[in-house]
Amino acid sequence: MEATAYVGVQDIKPLAQLLDKVAEHKGCGTSSGSGKASCGSSAGPADMSPEVWEKVKNHPCYSEEAHHHYARMHVAVAPACNIQCNYCNRKYDCANESRPGVVSEKLTPEQASKKVLAVASAIPQMTVLGIAGPGDPLANPEKTFKTFELIAKTAPDIKLCLSTNGLALPDHVDTIKSFNVDHVTITINMVDPEVGQHIYPWIYYQNKRWKGIDAARILSERQLLGLEMLTERGILCKVNSVMIPGINDRHLVEVNKAVKSRGAFLHNIMPLISAPEHGTVFGLTGQRGPSAQELKALQDACEGEMNMMRHCRQCRADAVGLLGEDRSAEFTTDRIDAMEVEYDAATRQAYQELVEEQRQAKVAAKREELAELAGADSDIKLMIAVATKGEGKVNEHFGHASEFQVYEVSTAGAKFVGHRRVDLYCQGGYGEEDALPTVVRAINDCHAVFVAKIGGCPRDELKAAGIDPVDRYAFEFIERSAIAYFREYLDKVAAGEIVHQPRGDADIRQGAYVAAA
Amino acid sequence: MAYMIVADQCTGCCACEPECPNKAISAHKSIFVIDPDKCTECVGHHDEPQCVAVCPIDDTCIIDETWPREEAA
Ligand code: SF4
Ligand code: SF4
Ligand code: SF4
Repeated sequence: MEATAYVGVQDIKPLAQLLDKVAEHKGCGTSSGSGKASCGSSAGPADMSPEVWEKVKNHPCYSEEAHHHYARMHVAVAPACNIQCNYCNRKYDCANESRPGVVSEKLTPEQASKKVLAVASAIPQMTVLGIAGPGDPLANPEKTFKTFELIAKTAPDIKLCLSTNGLALPDHVDTIKSFNVDHVTITINMVDPEVGQHIYPWIYYQNKRWKGIDAARILSERQLLGLEMLTERGILCKVNSVMIPGINDRHLVEVNKAVKSRGAFLHNIMPLISAPEHGTVFGLTGQRGPSAQELKALQDACEGEMNMMRHCRQCRADAVGLLGEDRSAEFTTDRIDAMEVEYDAATRQAYQELVEEQRQAKVAAKREELAELAGADSDIKLMIAVATKGEGKVNEHFGHASEFQVYEVSTAGAKFVGHRRVDLYCQGGYGEEDALPTVVRAINDCHAVFVAKIGGCPRDELKAAGIDPVDRYAFEFIERSAIAYFREYLDKVAAGEIVHQPRGDADIRQGAYVAAA
Repeated sequence: MAYMIVADQCTGCCACEPECPNKAISAHKSIFVIDPDKCTECVGHHDEPQCVAVCPIDDTCIIDETWPREEAA
């Protein structure tokens, strides 16, 4: 098959830069503009088509920056699947793909649409509805499209997206287009059947079960064809790949090229999550997942001209809330059935405008601080872990953090490079002594950890592990604080007060993300 | 002349239901069951029994030994 680029790769700029530019533009920043009267309009920047900007600006998964501000929800209306992956056991929660186990709640399209409206009213920054499982949305086309239809009718401002393994995708591209679904995620773990046969034991296609190389070949052809058909129709595509050391880790660089040339907008390489108790083939064979450093190295290698997503939380198919938080327990079927739901588009709109203001403020703060850094010349790179609950601020207590966001700072500025899930250190007011070493291991590659507050005991232990606990940036913007910290650090190094040393590797926490209900 | 679903294995994922050419499969509480009167083992429709081909759990759609086997046409 000829590789055809429908969206010129040269048109795609690193997303963060673009979003900054847009924020600058929308906020009528200092940048000497063209003097056009477009100030405050919702048009995108000159070098990004307004259509693309409209699609990504408040999508938490397509925009790293947006993910601090906007929330998404998944509804589990699609239980059936048409392939089998070695990292998935259908009886239990799958930690790799956004799929809860079958014991979890299944919703009818009607229940799902009521749930969406209830959540949208309670969480006005909820802008995206995704269908990601528990099986494959396109193996359940009626339920999936019925849900979209119901939501498009009552809440047309909510963006629709879906996430698929791609096998059935070419058959449904036109329906997807007709429902104005503007984001599709395809999980592509290989473009070579030789590799694929070690990931997929079988697929069900055209009334037949296919195995081995044949299965992987058909799956790969269908995935790439589906991707081409979507980008041809102007639908934004994200590609997810699960990094499986020794099986597809090196091969993913090729996958990256293949999807890039077919117009994928974003590539999201996720770590394999595998433990024997998940009952998956990989769990049972002892297949390990990558370390934080291995994952970052591969993401860096693929970064080139392609946007890499590093903020994916591998959310469950019933997740609700900001990425990294899960409020699904507040919206169980019983509770929703009892709710009177009224969809208030105006309130949502007003709220989202506030969110947008906050976001501009954050971008402005970062720019100011970056200007201070101008002229500094150093090769030093620092990694900083941050306890945050959103809005791009250092606003979480160390003991309450269920994840840390990780930023890499250099003279080029602060860049979000990933997140680490941890077990809560603090439960019911008391620090869990056992939890601390796991937190340290999860952020062991960081020089500092920014928190809103931290107790004396964990503070000492972090110091002993060589991680600087920092609470002086409490409730400040993350990126500005990171750059300020970095400047002080450089000064101290220059003054001979400290000697810069790179840190070690870190662990990626195993086990599905579950709500701390 | 029929297949059956092993109840404590079935995940209730519903993948088999729409694939059955004879509409022999239906939901029963949280799992699925095959109506042996309607099941033809897919003979005359497909080369392999569809419920077996699509079911994600091995040995869940199996031959119901209490029914005589279907003769290939
Ligand atoms: S699983 Fe990844 S892509 Fe899907 S909503 Fe969560 S973060 Fe976004
Ligand atoms: S064997 Fe064929 S006819 Fe019988 S239940 Fe399964 S799918 Fe239906
Ligand atoms: S495909 Fe298998 S697990 Fe799913 S409902 Fe049918 S019998 Fe049950």
